[in-house]
Amino acid sequence: MGWYNKRLAKSIWVFHVSASPCNNCDIEILDLLTPKYDVERLGIKLVGSVRHADVLLVSGVINQKVAPMVKKIYEQAPKPIFVMGVGTCPSGGCCFNDSYNIVENREDVIPFDIYVPGCPPKPEAMIAGAAKLMEVLNG
Amino acid sequence: MKLSENMNQVPVGPFHPLLEEAEYFNLTVEGETVVDIDLDIGWMHRGHEFISEQKTFTQSIFLVERICGICSTSHPLACVHAIEDVDNIEIPERAAYIRTLVGELERIHSHLLWLGLAGHFIGYDTLWMWAWKYREPVLQMFEIISGNRNHYGVMRVGGVSRDIDLDRVKELHKILDTVDAKIKMIAAAAPDDPVLKSRLVGVGVLTNQDAIDMCAVGPTSRASGVPWDVRKDEPTDAYGLVDFDVIVLQNGDVWDKLVVRLLETLESTKICRQCLDKLKTVKGPILNNVKEISAGEGIGRYEAPRGEVFHYVRTDGSNRAIRHKIRAPSYVNIPTYSASCKGIPIADALITLAAVDPCYCCTERALRVKGEDPDAIDFVKLSREKTERIRREIHGH
Ligand code: SF4
Repeated sequence: MGWYNKRLAKSIWVFHVSASPCNNCDIEILDLLTPKYDVERLGIKLVGSVRHADVLLVSGVINQKVAPMVKKIYEQAPKPIFVMGVGTCPSGGCCFNDSYNIVENREDVIPFDIYVPGCPPKPEAMIAGAAKLMEVLNG
Repeated sequence: MKLSENMNQVPVGPFHPLLEEAEYFNLTVEGETVVDIDLDIGWMHRGHEFISEQKTFTQSIFLVERICGICSTSHPLACVHAIEDVDNIEIPERAAYIRTLVGELERIHSHLLWLGLAGHFIGYDTLWMWAWKYREPVLQMFEIISGNRNHYGVMRVGGVSRDIDLDRVKELHKILDTVDAKIKMIAAAAPDDPVLKSRLVGVGVLTNQDAIDMCAVGPTSRASGVPWDVRKDEPTDAYGLVDFDVIVLQNGDVWDKLVVRLLETLESTKICRQCLDKLKTVKGPILNNVKEISAGEGIGRYEAPRGEVFHYVRTDGSNRAIRHKIRAPSYVNIPTYSASCKGIPIADALITLAAVDPCYCCTERALRVKGEDPDAIDFVKLSREKTERIRREIHGH
């Protein structure tokens, strides 16, 4: 898949999955698109359908209700698909580990490839995460 | 609702390109017209009230901050008001100004965010880019004040955690001036825009009576001529010491909601400027040392960008709340959909839904769906059972 990944890295299209976050990571993701950060200059584009996506940006602690939907979205995505966990929520559960409504193991629901910790991570950190992903894709 | 022959159902969500959060609407349409709307929430439920009852007071301030990323001052502020209410704790004057400053900056950033998204929803991305571009300096101000762009962690029981020194105040003043000029520019340009106007005037009207009947709060109600604002009605912190107006408009359509928010943003910059001026002269401590909270009950209110947020805590003299109840503004604004969405073309439905600036992260803490058929849940019954349970807890029978 090396040749394919190299082409992918030139312009990754992302789809945003909000799996019970607090919204902040989501608005920071949207912030990436606006003039200050403008990630479209790096070829990163937010798309409206998971079928067009190369990378899923998952934010939030994935609660019991949303988990089947997140799983479904992952299944519907064309492979290869890479999953980026945005924020402390997917990487460590943030302060919700005592909750009765979150899934026990987030990696069972959707296999994460890369995490960007921070609550919320700064847009710069997300760009750095995307750059690392591109590096890996380029081999 | 029973479907007649020429009615169709249009499901929207839970993941939809236009929705930022996961939420599910079921619109029943007849031709182009929306005749009924149903909504399924719970996709964001994380159990804050339950977690908060296991954390200490200071920890739970951080927790309620993470109810919602956009209201990340309103919830902590209402929460500390509630805890302070138990023992009638006073806060230093300087802390009051800092609290108000942070609260109002949040209103600016939240309203600009809404304005941008509203533009995005009606396919007017220029407005989106504009509004979010000029929202950036506000986040920069937050970074100067608290070290983080969102989730500030500034509120504490008895005051605030961080002081703002004189150099920073000057710097903030400068940034505020640029923000103010830009907002004025948008406020002057947007009402003249024929696209916006033709798209929004007269759309999704919420009448004054409906707003009162459905207990709408915040800009949603103020655009329908209901002059409720906690900041004016029951001033806490520095709101009694600064000068500002409550914006009230009469028509109740999406346009008026937009204008209310724009004008409110200008009021907020006015309040921020007064607070910054005061921070230059008012000296003193920023935090009263609170050793313990006695047993009792307290309520806290604050006018969040979306309306009144309400926190209730009951304490037993230990270092944590034994009951923490949260009522978020979106929860009371969302039922107004049934009044404002019926009878409008489906294309206008989304902007009408967005016009109350719903925040599902705030709303969804009160319901447990695990292990049950979500369709079979009767919200009213659940809510009544909950009230009954709480009544029994309090009265013991
Ligand atoms: S990581 Fe923090 S900011 Fe992001 S969704 Fe979780 S609580 Fe919110």
